[in-house]
Amino acid sequence: MANNTDRDKALNNVRAILEDKYEIANDPFFIYITANPDSLLSLMQTLKEQLGMNYLSNLTAVDHGEEFEIIYHLYAIPDNGLKLAVKTRVLRGKAELPTLVPIYPTADWQEREVYDLMGIRFSGHPNLVRVLLPDDFEGHPLRKDFKREG
Amino acid sequence: MLKTDLYTINIGPQHPSTHGGLHVEAVMDGEIVRDAIVHLGYVHRSVEKIAEIKTYTQFIPYASRLDYLATHLPTLGYVQAVEKLMDVEVPERAQYIRIIMAELSRIASHLVFVGSLAIDLGATTGLIYCFRDRERILDMFEMTSGQRLLASYMRVGGLSSDLPEEFFPAVQSFIKDMPGMIDEYNGLITGNEILQARCKGIGVLNPDVALAYGVTGPNLRASGIAYDVRKADPYGVYERFDFEIPVGEHGDCMDRLVVRIKEIEQSGNIIRQALEQMPEGEVRGKVSKVLKGEKGKEVYHRIESSKGELGFYLVGDGTEKPYRVHVRAPSFVNLMVLPIISRGGKLQDIIANIATLDPVLGESDR
Repeated sequence: MANNTDRDKALNNVRAILEDKYEIANDPFFIYITANPDSLLSLMQTLKEQLGMNYLSNLTAVDHGEEFEIIYHLYAIPDNGLKLAVKTRVLRGKAELPTLVPIYPTADWQEREVYDLMGIRFSGHPNLVRVLLPDDFEGHPLRKDFKREG
Repeated sequence: MLKTDLYTINIGPQHPSTHGGLHVEAVMDGEIVRDAIVHLGYVHRSVEKIAEIKTYTQFIPYASRLDYLATHLPTLGYVQAVEKLMDVEVPERAQYIRIIMAELSRIASHLVFVGSLAIDLGATTGLIYCFRDRERILDMFEMTSGQRLLASYMRVGGLSSDLPEEFFPAVQSFIKDMPGMIDEYNGLITGNEILQARCKGIGVLNPDVALAYGVTGPNLRASGIAYDVRKADPYGVYERFDFEIPVGEHGDCMDRLVVRIKEIEQSGNIIRQALEQMPEGEVRGKVSKVLKGEKGKEVYHRIESSKGELGFYLVGDGTEKPYRVHVRAPSFVNLMVLPIISRGGKLQDIIANIATLDPVLGESDR
């Protein structure tokens, strides 16, 4: 685990590159960057090109009632000591985000999974169809209001 | 030129070479694969939704069923994520035993890989040799947890129990016999001319493509990129061990096989060192009976499983049950490159490609 000085250095580095345009927070493990859906693509492009975050490890969503939070975990290969988590929120009634497939091809199936299970649409995705559930399945089971049996 | 029409051949979901319920729709142009469309979900059992109605501890057995070929790896990843969420300390001895079990799981999983690749390509004997040796690992799992395949041995804060006396001679003799076993696999499987013809230059995964598609684990390393979470982002006590990261050169099926055989050796090294360094003591830390995840707190924890980077994302809500659990399954992400490495090849190469990408469907479908 990185010690405190390393962590401060990493945090300052991220702040210097992003210039107060985004809300930045951290915990012992990650640096969290909050973006709005409109600035997501340019943020991701910056992180990939200027900070070398070439590896989108994980992409998932959490149902917070009125809003969905979508979270992206980024690393670099080879490792550069940075661990970034980018967060963005969309309204339940307007659950749509731009796709990351052109920047990170690995987002392809992961976005399909979020669409399948959480019902968030990714505009511009090349093939946004269900990936785990059958095509004729109704509803999105990971939403908190999904009626389950048992 | 004779004009040909494209036609479709379905591989699976009921087919032994798909290693579980995987369905690949091969679009053929004569003998050449034009596309391979992957259909998942035949083993989907909504594990992430189930996690929301179970307590943190109750989810451990579900985690062990994600990757049932390497049972201690997903449970280790899960309990470590919970420990990060709740700031739980783990006793030293438990840390070492966890790594011994994790590396044994990795060996067991790679043995299934080697054996099933052999049988998928028509060499039944290869399977028998690998399963003979894997059996000894399953015996050790049975000694420690009572379970051979789906051991829920990990606990938040440590382990369910200490190692029994009979475990030590079993693991020592296994480690001692390992070089001989590896020679046998190399003689019988890796060195086999037919297997080489089916694997060399087949399913080449270019390192740039591997990186772009988030491929991790032995599949990435076979493409020449020495990236291993155990070194890049060490967890547990992995920093204390001296081991190498084997890499391949060509990223073909052969390299994916060779890298895994070398990894079996490295896992043996780690186990040997862990047995030497392991201190006496407790195997379970002081953990409250009721585990609650702080409201609004979240963690993402990743480990190097036998298939690649296995991540757990947990969100707490102040109760005994997680608000959200997400599993970043390496098998799921790795399968994304199956169409890319299969295009332009022959139908039978898809079988070799599936086998060497080594997906476990319990994990990819969740």
